[in-house]
Amino acid sequence: MDQTEISLTLIGMAVVTYFPRCLPILFLSGKQLSPLIIAWLRMIPPAILSAMLVPSLISPEQKINLDFDNLFLWASFIAFPVAIKTRSLSLTVLVGMSCVALGRYYGLGAG
Amino acid sequence: MPVVLGYIPIGFAYGVLAGKSGISAFNALLMSIIVFAGSAQFIAVGLIASGAGIIPIIITTFIVNLRHLLMAASLAPYMSKWKKSMQAFFAYELTDETFALHSSVATSLNDKKIEALTVNVTSQISWIVGTLLGLLAAGIMGDIKPFGLDYALAAMFIGLLVGQCLDYPRIFTAVLAGIIATVMYISGFQQSYVIVSSVIAATIGLGVEQWIKQKSA
Repeated sequence: MDQTEISLTLIGMAVVTYFPRCLPILFLSGKQLSPLIIAWLRMIPPAILSAMLVPSLISPEQKINLDFDNLFLWASFIAFPVAIKTRSLSLTVLVGMSCVALGRYYGLGAG
Repeated sequence: MPVVLGYIPIGFAYGVLAGKSGISAFNALLMSIIVFAGSAQFIAVGLIASGAGIIPIIITTFIVNLRHLLMAASLAPYMSKWKKSMQAFFAYELTDETFALHSSVATSLNDKKIEALTVNVTSQISWIVGTLLGLLAAGIMGDIKPFGLDYALAAMFIGLLVGQCLDYPRIFTAVLAGIIATVMYISGFQQSYVIVSSVIAATIGLGVEQWIKQKSA
C-alpha cells in the first residue's frame, strides 16, 4: 500500500470510528432511559476494558500461556497493584513497560 | 488533570511502532488527528505493515471501535443540556481513556461542559505530542522490545480498568468478561470477542447487582 492509499484508509477509519461515538449521544441525550438500561450501561466499561485486556495477557498467541516466559502476564501482577495504589495511568504505564523491559534485559520472556 | 498525560507514553509507543512500520510521518500523525483511537491505531499499524487491504482494515477498525457505541450510549443520558454541535465535538474525542474519566463523574456532565471538553482536547493533544515524539524516536531507536513499548496498550487498559472497578458487581463483571473474552479469543472469534463477551458479562453483572440490591432492601 502506498502512502496515498494509506491516507484514504485513514479517512475510512475516521468515518467508521466517528459514527458509533456520535450517534448515541445525538439521539439518546434528550431521552429518559429506564433505570435498568442505565444500570446495564454502567456495567459496560469494566466489561469492555477487561475483555480487551485479559486475552492479551493470558493468551497472547491465541493459546493460554501461564508460563514464566509470558512477561506481559507477570508484568501485570506488578502493574495492577501500582494502578490500585496510585490511581495513576501514566505511572501504571511506565512501571508496566519498565517491568517488561527489565524482564527482557535479564533474558526472560519468549519474545 | 495530569491523568490525561497518561496518553503521552502510549502515543509515544504508537508513534514508534508506526515509524518502524513504513507508514509516513504524515500519515502516522494524520491517524492520531482524524481517527484518535488508541487500540485501533495499534491494530491498524499492524495490519498496514502486514499488507492488509483498505477494506479489511476499515472493517476491522469499525468492529474494534464499535464498543464506543455502548460507551457513548452510557454517557448520553447525562448530556441532555448540551448543544448538538458540542455533543458532536465531544463525541469526536471519545476514547477508552476519556470515557473512563467522564464516566467516573458522569452525573455532573451536564454542568461541566468546559471541563469535559478540556479533558478531551488535552487528551488528544497529549496523544498527538506522544505520536510526534515517538516518530522522532523511531528514527534513532533500534528495536522497541528492549524498552517494553509493546506493553504500553495493555498497561493503559490495566490503569483504566482499575479505575472502573468501583464495587463488587463491577469487579465481578470485569472478571467474567475477561474469562468469556479469553475463551472466545482462543476459540477463534477474533472479530467479535470484545463486543459479545462485554454484553454477556454486563448483563449477568447487572443481574447480580439487582439481586444484591433486592436482598439488602
